[in-house]
This record gives sequence, structure tokens and C-alpha cells, in this order.
Amino acid sequence: MKIVMAIIKPFKLEEVRDALTAIGVHGLTVTEVKGYGRQKGHTEIYRGAEYAVSFLPKIKIEVAVGNDLVERVVEAITATARTGQIGDGKIFVFAIEKAVRIRTGETDADAL
Amino acid sequence: MTFRTVLRAGSTGLALAALCAGTALAQTAAPEAPAAAAAALPNKGDTAWMLVSSLLVLFMTLPGLALFYGGLARSKNMLSVMSQITATAIVMCLIWVVYGYSLAFTSGGSLTSFVGSFSKAFLAGVTTDSTSDTFTKGVVIPEYVFICFQMTFAMITPALIVGGLVERMKFSALVLFVVLWGSFVYFPIAHMVWFSEGYLFTLGALDFAGGTVVHINAGIAALVGALVLGKRIGYGKELMTPHSLTMTFIGTAVLWVGWFGFNAGSNLEATAGAALAMINTFVATAGAGLGWLFIEWVVKGKPSLLGMLSGIVAGLVAVTPAAGLVGPMGAIVLGIVAGIVCFFFCTTVKNALGYDDSLDVFGVHGIGGIIGSIGTGIFVAPALGGVGVADYAMGEQVWKQFVAVVVAVLWSGVGSFILYKIVDVVVGLRVTSDQEREGLDIAEHGERAYNI
Repeated sequence: MKIVMAIIKPFKLEEVRDALTAIGVHGLTVTEVKGYGRQKGHTEIYRGAEYAVSFLPKIKIEVAVGNDLVERVVEAITATARTGQIGDGKIFVFAIEKAVRIRTGETDADAL
Repeated sequence: MTFRTVLRAGSTGLALAALCAGTALAQTAAPEAPAAAAAALPNKGDTAWMLVSSLLVLFMTLPGLALFYGGLARSKNMLSVMSQITATAIVMCLIWVVYGYSLAFTSGGSLTSFVGSFSKAFLAGVTTDSTSDTFTKGVVIPEYVFICFQMTFAMITPALIVGGLVERMKFSALVLFVVLWGSFVYFPIAHMVWFSEGYLFTLGALDFAGGTVVHINAGIAALVGALVLGKRIGYGKELMTPHSLTMTFIGTAVLWVGWFGFNAGSNLEATAGAALAMINTFVATAGAGLGWLFIEWVVKGKPSLLGMLSGIVAGLVAVTPAAGLVGPMGAIVLGIVAGIVCFFFCTTVKNALGYDDSLDVFGVHGIGGIIGSIGTGIFVAPALGGVGVADYAMGEQVWKQFVAVVVAVLWSGVGSFILYKIVDVVVGLRVTSDQEREGLDIAEHGERAYNI
């Protein structure tokens, strides 16, 4: 079991969700986040005063999947979240030690 | 009592006066005699228009100005901005009827060039029968509606100053300052400009709806306040972006509509003069919005909503002294000039000088008011489409306008400086740095604008 965590551009969320649903992912956690990477920030202008905004809004998605799905999930996110522009985001994969479905008490693979 | 100008003695005005007197009174005999004027009855149309105008100007302050300013502040100070504007409005409302109206609009004896007396304190002697003169001989409006109309001006003017002081001034200090400023700066300047015995009135300086009294006055007070208070913590280093331009948009829209009460209402009668002020308040505003939009587009690369909104307010300010005096084409030119010049003051000049006039009260109201006041002297010329004044000479009129600007700048500048210093000694001007960082909403008012 792995958690695939991806930071993506906000407007790509729907496409990514559709792609993940298509390959059999049943659940997804989404968080609105701010941060910067190579894109750094951008400039906003209010009444002519320029502000360097260094933290850009991004979407963080987290999806827990069995080992068999991990590569396809990563591929699906990579394919759909990519614009080719700087600032497309990153994907991280973590191992899960244990998973429990709260309602039933099922564990690990059954809980996903 | 309050002929702001003595220029509307044209044939239209006289004909209307005769008509009004005829229909309302059936008492047309000797309409020119002072005794007859005192006995004149208000026209219902004029009265209705002034009742509505008073409400329109109130609506400019609450919620118009509060939303306009609040949206430009950070979310942690939203309620503080709204509280300061609301408190200013209610405090001025009360001191206006207690002694403000009297100081502004009664004869002050030997001091009458500068200030009135306390003879109408607590509205002594005012009844439903008492009337105030308008620009037309023999045409009067109920004194109560004149008091209400002028009251709304006294409420909004100090509220404008709040924009230069936001996000750091203590609430108690602001309330104390407003009481002092109203008493020692606003009432005397209103008297000087609008009361028939006031210095600038007798000089012949033109100010149709309050370019000097309201906008230069407040703009300078805000600039002095920004300098005395000092910058906000983190100014120039941290992000201080407006928290809701949506609110600012709503506020601007309310201000524009309310401003028709301010400008067209200042005609004091429901006549063609009010209609002229109205069309000018449309077109000058549009011109200034366009001017700011394009200059910002050229200089900064993008046409911004806030740019248009700022231009709109700058245009409204600039046309205020000119509203009933210039022609629509002159008003457009005035607006475009105001939009462009105010843009440079809010960006280049402010950054170069480094003062933290947080919401650009000086850049928009001070500068816009000065452009409008000087411009009124130019575009009032009949050759440029204006209504003209008796014995008009452009150079002389512009000089009178300039004198009025200088008097307002000095009176407000020096007066405000002294009052800020007094308030600083009595209660202290600024909140503590911890309170400032936390935000004034929680620190001073114990409430939060958005619980999401």
C-alpha cells in the first residue's frame, strides 16, 4: 500500500480526478495549499504598487492505493496534470504501514 | 443664508423662482424684498429632492465608503475599518446638531470670516417653519432638511480621513480625533467656503459641492495623519494586498450612486442646475475611470479593476467642486486629467516619498480635490461650456481658486497636525505592535470579519 501525494495546478484537479476514477481509484483527499518551487512567485499590481507574491495557490491530492495501482496512478497524474509549463507540480510516493476503515474496522488492503 | 455662489442669477433661475413662488404661494407680490424671501414657503419638489439627496450622501458613507476602504484593507482589519467609519459617522451626526451646524452656518460676529457662533447650538430656534435660502432668490427649503443634508457632509468628510490611518490607529484615538477635527477644522472651513460671510465665500472662490471643504480638507488631514502615525509594520516589505476587491467594487458603485445626492443635491433645488450637476457627475467619473485604466494599462501592462475603481473615485472627487458650474465636455476633460494625475500620485509620488497613506486618501481625494478646484476656475468659463460667473476672468478666477486651495491645505494641514499631537498625548495614536500584527479586529474589537 502506498500514498501517492501530488501537488498540482488548481485548474487541473478535475482532469486528474477523472483520470484516477477511470483507472479504479475510489477515494481522494484534496487540500488547498500554497507554496513555491522553481516557478517561484508572480507579481500582483494594486493601484500601481507591485507585490511579489512568493507563495502560489496549489492543490495537494492524496490517494491511498494498493501496490498494483501505484505506477498507473502516478502515470495518470503525470499525464493529466502536465501543461509543460514551469509550476506543474510534483508527485511523492510513501509507504503505508497500516490502514483502517473506521466504520467496519477492516484493515490494510480491505480498508482501501 | 447659504448662497454658495451668486452666479445663478440667470433668466432661467428668475423665471423658475417666479414660477415656484407663484404656484406654491400665490403670493408673488414684491418677490425681491428680503421680507418676502423670509416669508417664502418651500417648494415640495425641492424639499423632496433634498430629503432624498441627504439619504444618498448617508449611503455613501455607510456602507459605500466602509466597503470601499474595507475591501482594500487586510482581512484582519476589515471590521476595524468599518468600525472607525461608523463611529465617525455617528459621532459627527450628534455633534453636528449640538453645535456643528451652528458653528458652520451662523454669523460669527467679528470672527465670521472664519467661523460662526453658538447661536443655534442644540438647534436653538429651528422649527418646522424655519427655512434656508437656496441659490435662487425667494426659493427656500425647510431648515431641517438643509441641516440634514449638510450633516451628511460633516459625517463623510472625517470618515474619508480614516483611509490614511487604517490598520494601526487606535479606535479611541480616532474617535477623539474626529471630535476635535470636526470642531476645529471642518466646521470653520465649511463656514469659510459656504456661509455667505465666510472668507472664501466673500473672496468669490467657487466650490459647488465641497472640493475644498470635503476632499482637500480630508486628503490633507489623511496625509498629515499618515506622516504623524508612521508606516504600518512591514510596509514595503510584507504583502499588504487588498483582501477583497469585490467589496471595493460594491463600495465604489454605492459611492457613485450616492454622489449624485452629494453633487446634484448641492444645487439645493430640483432644477436644471441639479440636472447639470448630475450629468457632470456621470461623465467626469467615466472620463477619470477611463483615464486611470489606460494610463495603468500603458505603464503597468494590465488594465485592472482596481484601477478603474480608483479612477472613478478620483473623477467623482474632481467633479465635486465643478458639478453645477462646468459643462459636460469640460467635466470630461477634468475627469480624464484627474484620473491620470491621481494615478501618478498614488504610485510614483507616494513610492518616491515613502509615506504610508494606506488607502490613498491624499492621492485620490487631496490631489483630485485640488485638480477639481483649480479646474473649476478654468472650465466655468462660458467659452469652455461652463455656466460662467459675474465679471468672469479666467486668470482672476483661477487665482481665487488657488487661494482657496492654499487656505484649505494650510488650515487642515496645520490644524490636523496639532490635533494628532494632542490626541497622541491624551490617549496615544497607535495600537501596540503586537495588536497591529494580530489585526485590529480581534485586538481592539474582539470580533472577526470572516468566520469561515
